[in-house]
Amino acid sequence: MNYSDTSIAASVTAPFLSLENVRKTYPGVVALDGFSMEVRPGEVIGLVGENGAGKSTLMKILGGVTTPDSGTITVDGTAHDRLSVEGSLGSGIAFVHQELNLFDNLDVAANIFFGREPLRAGPFKLVDRAKLRTMVAPLLKRVGANFSADTQVATLSLAQQQMVEIAKALSIEARLVILDEPTSSLPLAETDKLLDVIKALKADGISVIFISHRLHEVERVADRVVVLRDGMLAGTLGKHDIGHDQMVKLMIGRMLKEREKASEAARAPGAVALSAKAIRTPAYPGRPVDLDVRRGEILGLAGLVGSGRTELARVFFGIDSKLGGALELDGKPLALASAADAVAHGIFLVPEDRKLTGILLDLSIAENISLPNLPAHARRSLVSTSAETATAEKQKSNLGIKAPSVQTRTGTLSGGNQQKVVLGKWLAMNPKVMILDEPTRGIDIGAKAEIYGLMRALADAGVAVLMISSDMEEVIGVSDRIAVMHEGQISGILDKDGFSQENVLLLAVGKQPK
Amino acid sequence: MSKKDLGLLILILVVGAIVAIINPRFLLPINLANTSNLIGLFGILSIGQAFVIITGGIELSVGSVVALLGTLFIDFIAVREVAWPLAFVLILVLGAIIGLVHGWLITRLKLQPFVVTLCGLLIYRGVARFYTADGTAGFAFGQNFPDLEFLTAGRSYGVPNSFIALIVISIVMWVVLHRSVFGRYLYAIGKNEEAAKYSGIRTGRVVMAAYVICGVLTALSAIYFAMYTRSISPASHGQFYELYAIAAAVLGGFSLRGGEGSLIGVILGTVLLQELQNLVNLLGIPSSLNFAVMGGVILIGVLVDQQWGVFRERRLMVDATRKSAAGAAAE
Repeated sequence: MNYSDTSIAASVTAPFLSLENVRKTYPGVVALDGFSMEVRPGEVIGLVGENGAGKSTLMKILGGVTTPDSGTITVDGTAHDRLSVEGSLGSGIAFVHQELNLFDNLDVAANIFFGREPLRAGPFKLVDRAKLRTMVAPLLKRVGANFSADTQVATLSLAQQQMVEIAKALSIEARLVILDEPTSSLPLAETDKLLDVIKALKADGISVIFISHRLHEVERVADRVVVLRDGMLAGTLGKHDIGHDQMVKLMIGRMLKEREKASEAARAPGAVALSAKAIRTPAYPGRPVDLDVRRGEILGLAGLVGSGRTELARVFFGIDSKLGGALELDGKPLALASAADAVAHGIFLVPEDRKLTGILLDLSIAENISLPNLPAHARRSLVSTSAETATAEKQKSNLGIKAPSVQTRTGTLSGGNQQKVVLGKWLAMNPKVMILDEPTRGIDIGAKAEIYGLMRALADAGVAVLMISSDMEEVIGVSDRIAVMHEGQISGILDKDGFSQENVLLLAVGKQPK
Repeated sequence: MSKKDLGLLILILVVGAIVAIINPRFLLPINLANTSNLIGLFGILSIGQAFVIITGGIELSVGSVVALLGTLFIDFIAVREVAWPLAFVLILVLGAIIGLVHGWLITRLKLQPFVVTLCGLLIYRGVARFYTADGTAGFAFGQNFPDLEFLTAGRSYGVPNSFIALIVISIVMWVVLHRSVFGRYLYAIGKNEEAAKYSGIRTGRVVMAAYVICGVLTALSAIYFAMYTRSISPASHGQFYELYAIAAAVLGGFSLRGGEGSLIGVILGTVLLQELQNLVNLLGIPSSLNFAVMGGVILIGVLVDQQWGVFRERRLMVDATRKSAAGAAAE
């Protein structure tokens, strides 16, 4: 909790932003409880904390969307009880949200200056395209963009879109840029680019608050880490104290054991459960994939976003039909015309997009869990609510789903609990092959550990587990073997002794590991 | 019965009471019987529509199907002298086929329900008019089908048999929609078709089945309408009926986005619509204003329902805040 480690330049300058004793309560919850922090010019603050720790509330207060109950917010030497949206913008605070707010049918320049376009003289208010372009060019240069101002946003990668957002922030002469989970959907290589942009901002004297669940990234860029827990400041780590375990300890108030458990010595591999033989997916029709998932193992599937991992999972789950090749389950040919066929064979998918495809937010926990196996919860085609409730109760207590009852609508649950409902739905049905696509994205660290534990328990019970993940720590910490995809093909498979971030990265970009 | 349905029922009773006070003829057995007959006819139609709307779809061809199948039914029994039970089954099968084709185009060829059924609306109307050469399909003088007429246009203990048919169908369809596995699938698909698919539901088949159910119920009501009017000029018979059915569902609390609505709701919606028609007649409102009154009431109904939802949410928030404030004070 000392600031002595921060750079000398920072310690002599006055903070750009300081919060003192900020408190905010919602009905029944204290979201922020006397929270204080400072951000100096040119300082990169890593803000970490579990979901529900108060990060979102803090962001809302800084963005002027929410009014704190008490406390002082000092921006650039002026003290406020609260910020308005205009006030926040006007004093140079800019946000880049996890969900990007870009019009993907417009080009980069139009997005950056949306609503503030330079106009040509004349009565028609026509946009001055030439001037717009000259205004955008230096901004794009500052964020290190390798694309031009008239590229349509839809054709950009996620990291590039984030650069556009940051350029937008720079265009309003931001002095503090707040990045909320910017890397959560970025592939590994693109994350590096984003972290470079953060360093460039810092070099320009712009402060950055970097919110992330990916602690090793925080470790890489932050000058100081502020840890929130239950609405309070759990601690501040200076540059030299920043480390994964310290952050986790502050975040959850204890040390985490799951990671060590997951990385025990390699197990004896079981028989091949699911086997892909020269499978061609709609995403990469010209690139056949061969992959075996064995019983009792967790096979990590790493690779860049867009390398064809999700598409492969969709073929395994019968959502997309394969364009060629053959699938085998326990050595027998497997034909999948739909997800229903896959489910009938005990092949289950926990999809990437929980809210869109994983669960039905409007249905209760019980209704979600029984949905894939409804006929088993029915007599003469009529649904038996008691059977349904019994199954759901069992999964609720097994998985530790935190909810008032199994009749609770899943839309009201936290991300981690929603993910447990998705898992519960399949665990209730004896999986043979379990495919998990980014199973812990957007989930807080406590729930993550539980989900890792569950995957391990499944594998120990003889299930073949295939885990797609872009989180390097996760892939290396949880998997028994790692298959890496590059542009639609398996570029390599690593065994436990070959595990390293470097090897995975090399394979992901199509090079050979060392 | 949900609160929404209860509100609608109260509205129906209040409107009924007002009409009865202004014009006591509203309560005459003959008026009630006539109105309940119409409720029966339109109710069967609306239940079919409801099954499609619950999946997030829409069926616009209903009115034209009523015209086409009605024309064919009368032609079969009056001109071609097909035994009526056979003709009856044949018409239901035709309805099922129409539903199957619509469902197939929508689920397999991924066409939008609006487009498919709009084309159906135009095609079936045209075919019906062509079939009779734009003439009228009707019975010859003295032609009688006593059993059929009793079942469709007759009464038991003063209650129109069409209304009794509606009650029977409603009970069956209530079980299907609210208690069966299939009904749960319908709601799941209406809420989020992708997630339903990812849960291993064969969504295509379920949606197709919804269109088939709609087709069969539409065919059944087409027979009832044909026997009620006894003569059909295909150019106008059944026009706008799809809109009556959609309006009944919307009044009954269905969302056109799918996944929301109850069987009781759509029945009550039908009752309210017919009550309004009756009101226009009994209160001496010019019948040309008929549609305007209906549109106005639906708009007000939907508005009140939506505002009530907003109000209730706000009140819940206020309550929660007060409770937490009281809790804090007690500490």
